[in-house]
Amino acid sequence: MRDVAVIGVGLTKFGELWDKSFRQLTAEAGSKAIFDAGIEGKEIDAMYVGSMSSGRFVGQEHVGALVADASGFSHVHIPSTRVEGACASGGLAVREGYLSIASGMNDVVVVGGIEKMNDVGGNAATETLATAADQEWEAFFGATFPGLYAMIATRHMHDYGTTKEQLAQVAVKNHANGALNPYAQYQREIKLETVLNATAVAYPLGLFDCSPVTDGAASIVLCAADKAKEYTDKAVKIIASGQASDTLSLHGRRDICTLDSTVYAAKMAYKQANLTPRDIDLAEVHDCFTIAEICAIEDLGFVEKGQGGKAVENKITTLDGSLPVNTSGGLKSKGHPVGATGVAQIVEIALQLRGDAEKRQVNDAKIGLAHNVGGSGATCTVHIMEAV
Amino acid sequence: MKGIGIVSYGSNIPRYRIKAEEIASVWGKDGESISKGLGVNEKSVPSVDQDTATISVEAARAALRRCSVDPQEIGAIYVGSESHPYAVKPTGTIVGEAIGATPDLMVADYEFACKAGTAGIQSCTALVKGNLVKYGLAIGADTSQAAPGDALEFSASAGGGAFIIGRDNVIATINHTCSFTTDTPDFWRRAERKYPAHGGRFTGAPAYFKHITSCATNIMEMAGTKPEDYDYAIFHQPNGKFPIKVAKMLGFTYDQIKQGLLAPYIGNTYSGATMIGLASVLDVAKPGDRVFLTSYGSGAGSDGFDITVTDKIKDLARDNAPTVAQMVEDKEYIDYGTYAKFTDLLYWE
Amino acid sequence: MAEGGVARFWREIPQRYNLIGNKCGSCGRVFFPPRESCPYCRRKSIGKMKELKLSGKGEIVTYTIIHAGPENFKEQVPYPIAIIELEEGPRLTAQIVDCDIDDVKIGMKVKSTFRRIQEDGYTGAIYYGYKFKPLK
Repeated sequence: MRDVAVIGVGLTKFGELWDKSFRQLTAEAGSKAIFDAGIEGKEIDAMYVGSMSSGRFVGQEHVGALVADASGFSHVHIPSTRVEGACASGGLAVREGYLSIASGMNDVVVVGGIEKMNDVGGNAATETLATAADQEWEAFFGATFPGLYAMIATRHMHDYGTTKEQLAQVAVKNHANGALNPYAQYQREIKLETVLNATAVAYPLGLFDCSPVTDGAASIVLCAADKAKEYTDKAVKIIASGQASDTLSLHGRRDICTLDSTVYAAKMAYKQANLTPRDIDLAEVHDCFTIAEICAIEDLGFVEKGQGGKAVENKITTLDGSLPVNTSGGLKSKGHPVGATGVAQIVEIALQLRGDAEKRQVNDAKIGLAHNVGGSGATCTVHIMEAV
Repeated sequence: MKGIGIVSYGSNIPRYRIKAEEIASVWGKDGESISKGLGVNEKSVPSVDQDTATISVEAARAALRRCSVDPQEIGAIYVGSESHPYAVKPTGTIVGEAIGATPDLMVADYEFACKAGTAGIQSCTALVKGNLVKYGLAIGADTSQAAPGDALEFSASAGGGAFIIGRDNVIATINHTCSFTTDTPDFWRRAERKYPAHGGRFTGAPAYFKHITSCATNIMEMAGTKPEDYDYAIFHQPNGKFPIKVAKMLGFTYDQIKQGLLAPYIGNTYSGATMIGLASVLDVAKPGDRVFLTSYGSGAGSDGFDITVTDKIKDLARDNAPTVAQMVEDKEYIDYGTYAKFTDLLYWE
Repeated sequence: MAEGGVARFWREIPQRYNLIGNKCGSCGRVFFPPRESCPYCRRKSIGKMKELKLSGKGEIVTYTIIHAGPENFKEQVPYPIAIIELEEGPRLTAQIVDCDIDDVKIGMKVKSTFRRIQEDGYTGAIYYGYKFKPLK
């Protein structure tokens, strides 16, 4: 197994991008990453694309081929694969790209994530997101996607005394970070009261506990680590890739408050990197809802199970805390173009480890972790990266 | 008919209620006087997730919980309603599947305004008598529609009753049954229309009263009985007044009809009305009680029954399902806006 | 007019109407919905899975109140959705009805009831299934 490095990153602005089509977004992110990597198009061996539901959002399947085409690689017949795992599609694409190089099959690979969610109406977007849940046994009966995470929150509040205020603080923190991120969908701070008084979505979650509907694309160029120097001085290594699954439905899980897929994906990654949670300097975690971030920092081993709310309250995870979480603004403030998220997380960690995170820069960032979840926790990828 | 009759029974009344005063206030009418005039104080309202099929299933399941009949031995199901969820696709098959009676089963849906359920009882009785089935299940249920602002809006309500008919462990024998039927257009609903129309005062003497009194007279003649011979009498109840009047016309007392008169509390459950009335009587009946029932369906016709409660009613696990009185009391009031939302008065497409 | 999707629903009628699950003949675990084989016993369970009708009695493990509901449920908003643990073991997700939303609690005992879940617009099929109400 060879080492793998990230040699280039690129992303579009995230937001309601009425002027940009699916094709335009993917081409923009891809070309930025390739340019950043300093490679020639002909050196790319393969492409991996993460997209949750291009079919339902833009009526288009077969997007592996479409992305290769929109990126201008069809005439060289590049292998291009679309990967799907609901909201973990991006993380899965990263892992597939990583594995293809680690195995020796490819030397240089472009991994992209893209979702164009605003070409359909709000109701259709919500229903499409709900396909990440169990259609027959959850969605059919009226459970919405926020409803599932809300049920995790209710139980977490019951078992551990987590409060609505602690949930709200996750949103406040992430907006504070997003305000410093020029690519974020929302670049303004918000007050705790705003979050607490927001329109109810699914008790105990309100509008501001939920990540938004977003258009966007992100792209990275991966390369065999021993070849990275040929292209760039700013390489960052992916030192571990973990992945795990769990029951599709929330009701099938061992423990409603624990995303075992996170626990197992993280275990796999820590083992591969020969690290513990204490070695991580910063993390991009999957805060599709505020409760998800609280569970994430517990399940990734940063704090004890049940202590996530307190950790947020004690400002451990703020930009200047002992473990900054979601310096990009997270899904909440940066936005959540579903398939792009997992790749965008790698972009943020890479920028941090390179020292290119500008106003969001964490000092002495050496080891970063990216955590991407599909559905209510049926799929999870964890990637650990190290500054070179 | 020796020994053929009701083996078990069940009913279902949705929990929501709207008061006559609440409806009246929306239309600028005097609620109190309407209540008094109709003899209906409030009516039952189905929630969006309830319909004739769900009410029928719950009533049938209640009947099964009270006895030890194996659903696979039910050979026929008839569901009578004027608000079947589908115009084409029977409610009976949904019930059959939901109670585990399929696939060796005869099914058809009935319609005869408010007497479709009792027509089903007659059919089941005949099938049992002819030894074509061991048990038959007759259900009358409705989530009846009324045009907003129409007089019927105060009474058209939701509910249903289910009766298992057989020869074994009969709790109430059906001694005699007969019907009185004419083509009388007192109340109807055209196909494709949402709400019924009616003939105003024509629905009284030439319709309701003529058919019930004629049928009742015929039944008593068949049975050789007089009103005093009965412990209970149940008449169709489009409101709280007509049954009291027709009882008096026939020589029955208010005390005889009280137990089976639910309209003041839940309105007119149409095909469920006499079915629920009979269920209410069976909730309290004792061995030897004689029960008189005459239903009425617009269009028009009446089905009459002479029934005797047997010793076996003591063996029926009546407590395994809620009584009519319990369901009448288990209620939650809603306002007109919520009522409009639940009964689909607000169309959106 | 050809309406799609009915087969998918029809196939699940035994589960949705009657809570028919199954039980592993090898270890005795109960599953809902039924499984082709037991994930724990694996090949030992092939051919040994036995159909089992569940009682419909259970307890709320967690819940939420849905305020932003899907199109098909908009008349019912706000409504409680809960994860219910049935007395035979399996858990499922369902709406709670016949109950004040403020009264819904973790630990509440509930019983299944037959209700209209969804319909395919005004012209499509009607889908019935289970909801749960407080066990009195």
